[in-house]
Amino acid sequence: MSSNTARRQSPLAAFMSRAEDDEAVGPAGVVISERPYLGHLNLRGDPADGEFMGAVERTLGFALPAAPNTVFCGEEVLALWLGPDEWLIITPQDGQGAVEDALNAALEGAVASVTDVTGGQTVINISGRNARDALDKGCTLDLHPRAFGERQCAQTLVAGVGVTLRWVDDTPSFDLVVRRSFAEHLALWLRDAALEYGAAVG
Amino acid sequence: MIEPNRLAAGGRIDRGRPLGFTFDGKSYAGFAGDTLASALLANGVRPVARSFKHHRPRGIVGSGVEEPNALVQLGSGARTLPNYLATQVELFDGLEARSVNAWPSAAFDARALQGLLSRFMPPGFYYKTFTWPSWMWPFYERQLRRAGGFGVAPSEPDPDRYDKTNSHCDVLVVGAGPAGLSAALEAGRAGARVILVDEQQEMGGSLLGSRVKIDGAPASSWLDSTLAQLREMPEVRLLSRATAFGYYDHNFVAALERVTDHLGPVEGPTPRQRIWRIRARQVVLAAGAIERPLVFPNNDRPGVMLASAVSTYVNRYAVSPGRRVVVFTNNDSAYRAALDLADAGSEVVAVADLRPDPKGRLVDEARRRGIELLAGHTVVEVKDRNGVEAVGLMQHDGTSAFGGTRWTECDLLAMSGGWNPTLSLYSQSGGRPVFDELRACFVPGPSTQAERSAGACNGEFTLRGCLSQGHAAGAGAAAAAGFGDGRAAAAVPDVDDGKEGRTRAYWIAPGAKPVGRSGKSFVDFQTDTTAVDISIAAREGYESIEHVKRYTTLGMGTDQGKLGAVNGVGALAGMLGASIPEVGTTTFRQPYSPVTYGAIAGREVGELFDPVRKTPMHEWHAEAGAEFENVGQWKRPLYYPQPGESMQDAVDRECLAVRRSVGILDASTLGKIDVKGPDAAKLLNRVYVNGWTRLGVGRCRYGFMLGEDGMILDDGVTARLAERHFLMHTTTSGAASVMSWLERWLQTEWPDLRVHLTSVTDHWATVSINGPNARRVVAKICHDVDLSNQTFPFMSVRHGEVAGAPARIFRISFAGELSYEVNVDANYGRRVWEAVVSAGEEFGVTPYGTEAMHVLRAEKGYVIVGQDTDGSNTPDDMGVGRMVSARKDFLGKRSLTRPDTLREDRKQLVGLLTDGGEVLPEGGQIVEDPSARLPVPMLGHVTSSYYSATLGRPIALAVVKGGRAREGETLHVPLADGRSIRARVASPVFYDPSGERQNVE
Repeated sequence: MSSNTARRQSPLAAFMSRAEDDEAVGPAGVVISERPYLGHLNLRGDPADGEFMGAVERTLGFALPAAPNTVFCGEEVLALWLGPDEWLIITPQDGQGAVEDALNAALEGAVASVTDVTGGQTVINISGRNARDALDKGCTLDLHPRAFGERQCAQTLVAGVGVTLRWVDDTPSFDLVVRRSFAEHLALWLRDAALEYGAAVG
Repeated sequence: MIEPNRLAAGGRIDRGRPLGFTFDGKSYAGFAGDTLASALLANGVRPVARSFKHHRPRGIVGSGVEEPNALVQLGSGARTLPNYLATQVELFDGLEARSVNAWPSAAFDARALQGLLSRFMPPGFYYKTFTWPSWMWPFYERQLRRAGGFGVAPSEPDPDRYDKTNSHCDVLVVGAGPAGLSAALEAGRAGARVILVDEQQEMGGSLLGSRVKIDGAPASSWLDSTLAQLREMPEVRLLSRATAFGYYDHNFVAALERVTDHLGPVEGPTPRQRIWRIRARQVVLAAGAIERPLVFPNNDRPGVMLASAVSTYVNRYAVSPGRRVVVFTNNDSAYRAALDLADAGSEVVAVADLRPDPKGRLVDEARRRGIELLAGHTVVEVKDRNGVEAVGLMQHDGTSAFGGTRWTECDLLAMSGGWNPTLSLYSQSGGRPVFDELRACFVPGPSTQAERSAGACNGEFTLRGCLSQGHAAGAGAAAAAGFGDGRAAAAVPDVDDGKEGRTRAYWIAPGAKPVGRSGKSFVDFQTDTTAVDISIAAREGYESIEHVKRYTTLGMGTDQGKLGAVNGVGALAGMLGASIPEVGTTTFRQPYSPVTYGAIAGREVGELFDPVRKTPMHEWHAEAGAEFENVGQWKRPLYYPQPGESMQDAVDRECLAVRRSVGILDASTLGKIDVKGPDAAKLLNRVYVNGWTRLGVGRCRYGFMLGEDGMILDDGVTARLAERHFLMHTTTSGAASVMSWLERWLQTEWPDLRVHLTSVTDHWATVSINGPNARRVVAKICHDVDLSNQTFPFMSVRHGEVAGAPARIFRISFAGELSYEVNVDANYGRRVWEAVVSAGEEFGVTPYGTEAMHVLRAEKGYVIVGQDTDGSNTPDDMGVGRMVSARKDFLGKRSLTRPDTLREDRKQLVGLLTDGGEVLPEGGQIVEDPSARLPVPMLGHVTSSYYSATLGRPIALAVVKGGRAREGETLHVPLADGRSIRARVASPVFYDPSGERQNVE
């Protein structure tokens, strides 16, 4: 598919190209960007099933996080805990096919499912010294470092949009995994929330 | 400009920054640091408002949130703000303010004549007078609405920006007076995350308006050093100009921050106001106390002020509200005002103390300063002309005044009836205030949430006590939140409060004549409720304070009775011969002080009002000039008008293109659920009315799912992609609820089923290509799938590449034409859409919107769940009873054999044809005889109605009682304008009933 990638469009393609036309509004307290075209796989299986967990661990090279709302960051692949039997696997760009095939092969015959949702999701990153201030406006979770830090993720609403929120680093920086159809609205909202701190897009 | 009452020195105002402002159209001067109230007093402006009911001239009484009278309208046009308290409005250059409830000005009010009629307006006047005759009520209401209310709301859209935010902390401290600051300091030192909110522009609370000493130095140096320490703590957030206005369950407290109000109109991204939604582990309430007025005849005259407010104006704003002053009190604190005024150069003529034997350090000091002390005295009358001129003083015996009246000339009467702890938030948290006889006030009772009170709001009125309670509360709250050991880390600063005498409550000051025979004694200034009103209510049998409140309007103003409510309770208790605990308090409700709707709306306005969902092809539609419609949160193209086309023209053109050649529809919004696992077919069997086990791989089937009541819940085509893998389509608007419905059954009732569901709605972009030329178009961009009817029949699915992107192609149709639905990874959606458009160019491929889609499906008699159904329709009602499997069980099956679902006269789906060219209105009621006697029996209603360009006539779908048996009958649809349209009942399938067109070669 790689020969075709030049003509694909990420969920925020239109938003990003419009944002380029905006004038900069002073030093940015918040930077909003998209991490487009990452591979997104939804993985379902029973964590009590040792065969399932073992097969996934052999394939990914690490064990799926078992604690609620935690993330395992592999060298290239991330696994986010979404529910007692559900994970989101995020791969590098165009890596979802290989991981999906490998998982399907390893899970042959098991009661497990791997579903490619790459086209249906994207990742919006929000960082900068006021990133938390901007997110707080639409997110009721406590994002203070004491409450939400390394290896943590959460599924919640930001400004009415369902997201999977992930701590990235202490900049602070957060990744928001969002459904494609909501992505532009969320980006618009984030930029609006960030305006008073100086917002940069890109 | 000269400010006659401005003191030459002192205060916290910035004399280097003079400001100009207008009040009621006249220009005045003030300084930065002034409030509108302090600047008006400095300028000698006395009446600043008119009272609500009687239009009596009123002056400034308080100095903060308790002010009942000085309500002002600020600014003009779209930015005008009604009902701001002059005591809370910070002065800025160019501020425009007008008095409310007065026309043309507070000084001269044309409606003051109303006051002369006041004796004819007893409590309950409106209930008693305007209820009869009832047909006159609309007229009365119009008049009353005009007379009622304060201020004017702007009629234009609000140009200002408002925001909301969420915050979390270990310890929330409300109020930054001595207690709150001490609490924040302790909690901060313990390492807790602290938020300190305070409603004033400067933190410090009572310290800002007093001359007390802490650790031997002026309080301001303690204040400065405490604030500096707090600012150093990274986990302490200080929010000034922020009023905690609501205390809700789970220690959730809302505060309104006035971010730029003090700057005047501001452009740019900074919000004017911001609501903080604070979730706190522990709350320390340090909200302070509000001084009580005394109730005596004509106690509302401009120039009668709270003693504490007088001190605040002198000490904080360097304004002397009077030259010749009488102080009237039942406690020691008012002596501070006497001393402050004396030191500021005013003449304190006398202190009239209701107590027979006042003693205490402040009393002694007043005596020593030569201020005349009249113990056991009461004020029986106030003489005024646009302000106090003299007061009449008499001795009293505890119940009534006696002896001669001593008239004392003065221009200011500073009164104090004791102090009310501010219990609003405590009460909102679920706590029940209790009455403390010793301190003559209500104090907090037990806590019902994780909160504690400290300082004056806890009934502690000494500064030393406030500081030590604050330290203890801060350390205790931090410990309860997991920080520190609960012991105060810092030494409580040294303060010598001296001994104070007891407050002696007089809810109504003893008078020379019985209540009602002298001038009006106001209990609630803002609502014009007098002592007489309460006595009338008591005489008429009202005993509950909640009833008396509503009958007399006591405490029902915008200030919620901050000044008057407790005096009202005390007065009622006296009249009923009951104790104060027996009478109790009224309920405090959120908000503590008014909150603008703009702040409540925040940024949920305009394009951010509600989330918007867009398909991958959205920009293409927009560039093609599509008009969009909202379907749930989705934006879907409704139609694509060409220049000069009406909506009907465009829809006709789009429909004809699909029927004659080829059209394309963006169907990406359709709900899609991946169903995987060994028991996938079993799950489908249980949730759909029809059978799934024998569906071959690569084949599709249309299904209905029912609720447990047997009524249609959703519909759609489901395809078997592999033995253990199905793709379920749901309606656009039903996608989320179907997913939850299925998960609910899987998780709670059928955990044994080995099935996984994954929403893939957003993953797939769907391009639906419909029309006799559909195959020719698809063939140009898809080369690895045999598209012929023989190898790729209707209701099947194939995998292939379309325009270079991996695709699933479904042969399913909602238009009843030869149709291919191409699904690709949504990142490729727009590109495949564009490829179809260019491939279809030679066939005149036409993009069509949801309106044409609706017409096309209606021509085929396909229902839309949610439009033609309304949750009360069985499959048989919709004419698809034959789909229901008799051989298996499924959700809703048992309900299909209830007597009611088997009735012959249930509403059934039919077609309606009209003779003329008129399109029936959707929702139109269907009757047999429009001229029948009322009430006309209703047979059903029109559910879908369109003009069909293909058929050249209007068509409609409807549900009609026993409809299928009525085919051929003529029924009537009465219109709102009195006419009625004749409609013939027909088959709901208007076009291609044999379904040949979806199989054309």
